[in-house]
Amino acid sequence: MTTAISAEGIRKRYGDVQAVDGVSLTVETGEFYGLLGPNGAGKTTTLEILEGIREPDEGRVELLGMAPWPRNKALLPRIGVQFQASAFFDKLTARETIRTFASFYGVGPKRADAMLERVGLTDSAGILTDKMSGGQAQRLSIACALAHDPELVFLDEPTTGLDPQARRNLWDLLKDINAEGRTVVLTTHYLDEAEILCDRVSVMDHGKVLRTGAPAALVRDLDDTVRVSVESGQLGAEAARELFTAAGAEIANLEDNGVSLSVSTRAPGPILTVLADQGALRGLEVRGATLEDVFLHLTGREYRA
Amino acid sequence: MSTAAPAVEKVEKERASAFLNLSRVMIVAFVRDRMALFFVLLMPLIFLVMFGVLFKGATSPHVKVAQFGPVQVLDDIQGPGRADLDKVLTITKVPDEATGLEKVRKGTLDALIETGPDGQPVLHFSASDQVKAGAVQAVLNSVVQQANQDATHQPAKYTLTTASVEDNSLKPIQFLTPGLLGWAIATGAIFGASLTLVNWRKKRVLRRLRLAPVSVAAVVGSRVAVSLLVALTQTAIFLAVATTPAFGLKLTGNWWLVVPLVLCATLAFMSIGLVTGAFAKTEEAANGINQLIILPMSFLSGSFFPLDNSPGWLQSLSKVFPLHYLVTAAQSVLSRGGGVMDALPAMGGLLAFAAVMTLIALRLFNWDDA
Ligand SMILES: Nc1ncnc2c1ncn2[C@@H]1O[C@H](COP(=O)(O)OP(=O)(O)OP(=O)(O)O)[C@@H](O)[C@H]1O
Ligand SMILES: [Mg+2]
Repeated sequence: MTTAISAEGIRKRYGDVQAVDGVSLTVETGEFYGLLGPNGAGKTTTLEILEGIREPDEGRVELLGMAPWPRNKALLPRIGVQFQASAFFDKLTARETIRTFASFYGVGPKRADAMLERVGLTDSAGILTDKMSGGQAQRLSIACALAHDPELVFLDEPTTGLDPQARRNLWDLLKDINAEGRTVVLTTHYLDEAEILCDRVSVMDHGKVLRTGAPAALVRDLDDTVRVSVESGQLGAEAARELFTAAGAEIANLEDNGVSLSVSTRAPGPILTVLADQGALRGLEVRGATLEDVFLHLTGREYRA
Repeated sequence: MSTAAPAVEKVEKERASAFLNLSRVMIVAFVRDRMALFFVLLMPLIFLVMFGVLFKGATSPHVKVAQFGPVQVLDDIQGPGRADLDKVLTITKVPDEATGLEKVRKGTLDALIETGPDGQPVLHFSASDQVKAGAVQAVLNSVVQQANQDATHQPAKYTLTTASVEDNSLKPIQFLTPGLLGWAIATGAIFGASLTLVNWRKKRVLRRLRLAPVSVAAVVGSRVAVSLLVALTQTAIFLAVATTPAFGLKLTGNWWLVVPLVLCATLAFMSIGLVTGAFAKTEEAANGINQLIILPMSFLSGSFFPLDNSPGWLQSLSKVFPLHYLVTAAQSVLSRGGGVMDALPAMGGLLAFAAVMTLIALRLFNWDDA
């Protein structure tokens, strides 16, 4: 395997904020790579530095064997970028927009229209971009990023704002694109998305990469924590903690967010017994660890999409 | 990916197509933007009509004179002489002196003529409108002279043959056309450059273009091309309207020089827009800044009224504005018989201004908001 992206020790500071604080990463050709992290973690800034639209204060980036900064026109046709917020010309329809962007890469209107079809926008092709719904705009920017068949695709939160159906369709599209041999880098807040799509993810917070690996491996590293949750209001959080500890359960985390009371533990047996004894089983859910728990474990923060 | 030779060809094609496609995008956006169309194309015409009507009476050489009682020198003129006189004078008889004088004072009439106690004609006029006052005196003087000559029955020793030269005083349409056209072009070009820059930066189009294999020359060139096209359209419409009989602008020989003048001026105005667009973060801010520049510049460059009678320092101040050079040179070539030598220095100055401002704009330029 060859390397599509390699970054070493990149840093970027905005005034008082150290947005990226020494990130190093390597993405192999054909890999589906995810950057995961809470708001303000530095995902977008990292992506911008990789794409070459921001100069890092420190560090070295190589994209397809070339330096992306300063602007490198040999590199540009080989990468496709979707920004977190859409970037469209004023007063153009969806079809005109994608045809215009495609034309910059020497791609004709037929291919552009086909891409529009592929993201399910054919019926909305005549709508002005500023009249599009959030999800439609999102799909259009992805189509614009893909129209010229780039080898390397950067997507910044591609599924934010999509309805579940559109999200699934987009997942299929992204999987297909990756299956065709393209390298895909995406950022996301959706852990399920990362688990389903990504070969490897890096969990970021405060401008640093906390952990990198295959989603399954990261979850496995958590020592099979199980998460038990019941509806809120049946048992107070403090009371529950005492009861669980008394019953000999080891608690990794316990939280009542007003909707549900959840407990992470390695041995769910005593906890389930206590809940049954207390008659507090309404809304019971037991599930194995997910990326969400990895996230919680690494950042010390409950994950909220 | 591809071999070298076709790659070069492809790059060339991409460059041309990027330029054309960007130009098309801007033209489409302009045509679909009703507000822009109104401000850039229609409003200047509305101003032309409004100002045209407003100024029509003011400097017309035709004077209205009230006559009280019999005035022999006037009453004696009959036949073809009378018709000639009617071309420059409208004589209305008034029943009493006081009302007539009141009308002169108010400006409804330009002068009152009556026969004085000694049998000589007496002319009352108001000094408030000097052009009219001068005209009325000149006309009546010549009438009296003619009467004297007739009375002595001597052939005139000297007769003056008048040959019309270019009228030195400006007729309204002669300064309104270049003035308002200049204002319209300044508005179109400054707003065009600055709003495109602000909008594209704010909506992240600039950074998207930066990630596409598009040359900066194609981006800048397409905007310049579209602005030049808009300016030429404005010029064509303006001249078409101004030369209709209703407005009566007579173009003189070298009027076509207005085309290169307008092109140079458009570059100068665009460079102003590039600077304001680099400063302004939002379209609203850009609007405000641009108007703050355009309005004073237009007044001080004589877009709305001539500055011939304004104080010297004001006339000197006006020389810092590119619009001043466009207006003055366009006035000269459009209808006052000016030639290449009237236009060339202005064009040079406008281009120099554009070059300096563009350099400043480049220093201030930002791809991104942050
Ligand atoms: N242009 C900028 N100027 C100043 N500060 C910035 C700028 N861009 C980002 N930041 C700051 O840098 C930090 C990282 O921002 P970044 O956008 O990279 O985070 P993110 O992980 O993409 O967040 P999100 O999930 O909300 O998109 C934040 O604290 C943000 O406020
Ligand atoms: Mg982000």
